[in-house]
Amino acid sequence: MFRIDFNKLRFLVCDDNPHMRRILRTLLHSFGAREVYEAEDGATALEMYSHYVPDIVITDWAMPIFDGLELAQMIRQPESKGNPYAPIIMLTGHSEKRRVTVARDAGVTEFLAKPISAKGLYQRILNVVANPRPFIKTKTYFGPDRRRNTNSAYMGPERRVGEKHEVLQQPSLLDKARSSI
Amino acid sequence: MAKNSAKDIEVTAFATHQVITQPNPLRKVLRRVEDKDMDDPVARAEQALASLSGEFGDWMATEVGRLSAAYVAIRNDGFTKERRDELFRAAHDIKGDAATFGFPAAAGVAESLCRVIEHAPDLEKVPAELFTHHINAILAIVHENTRLDSISVSAELSRRLRKVADDYLAQVNRDRPEHLEAILAPSIVPAE
Repeated sequence: MFRIDFNKLRFLVCDDNPHMRRILRTLLHSFGAREVYEAEDGATALEMYSHYVPDIVITDWAMPIFDGLELAQMIRQPESKGNPYAPIIMLTGHSEKRRVTVARDAGVTEFLAKPISAKGLYQRILNVVANPRPFIKTKTYFGPDRRRNTNSAYMGPERRVGEKHEVLQQPSLLDKARSSI
Repeated sequence: MAKNSAKDIEVTAFATHQVITQPNPLRKVLRRVEDKDMDDPVARAEQALASLSGEFGDWMATEVGRLSAAYVAIRNDGFTKERRDELFRAAHDIKGDAATFGFPAAAGVAESLCRVIEHAPDLEKVPAELFTHHINAILAIVHENTRLDSISVSAELSRRLRKVADDYLAQVNRDRPEHLEAILAPSIVPAE
């Protein structure tokens, strides 16, 4: 069994709601964390991110002025002087699948839908600590690999070019039907 | 601690992308322990959360007060982007927090209100009753929560308001397929 030494981790929590910050602080401290920095908006969080260099960022999505999505995008700047690789856990009341996709495309590492639970938060932290994913840089994306599963049999149009399996053009069902007539 | 030095970062270039790997910068916080030495941090955290629960009623009252104030401002002076955003954030916070605070039915009503704010094509044209019924329902659920017989009524109220709101949204978005798709898509949060 593996155990996380939370007292060696530095957290940055960003949420405009003071009650949620209190809950997060309580959970993290009871896991054993000592260093938990708090910001109530994205702009303050970005400043604190540069100043304190946290190991893990936990952020809400919906916040005034500068939201959690923008915070993730600002952190994931490959040329920045700061650390663009820190795990970002987005904790949000948004619970639609399309929101997960948008967060993923902004470079968020893990998504945790509210209501928050101690177990859900612990599992997300354990995942980013024990199973970090490589980063991918394309013309339009910089962030953790969005593919969590390796499927070497996949030959579809979304396979990245230049890997062992090049894109193969598959005949459409209509073409197959026509050719069989 | 979280950042490796540049020399530890390995970049492999492909035709359309780069794959960047580095030694796990957080590996030092992982420690192998015997099963017998493994405490349960989740149980500890749940206990800590339970010790906070005495404050949840007051916190919920604060959240509901914020929602009411946001809507009063709109009723008095109309919708602006700032007032719309404040109403949405207040409802959205209740959607996310209310179940943790012990008011799951209020979370359901707040979710329904969020959907109206997010997907109605013109908020000025939304019947005022749709807003007031949602806000009054949240108020009632929070005030009556301690009564056991009110719990099933709260859940039923939440379900009915959601049905009314969804019917309205389906009707006003009949020519907006992207909104219809979002309205009809299932939540990623498992049902209780």
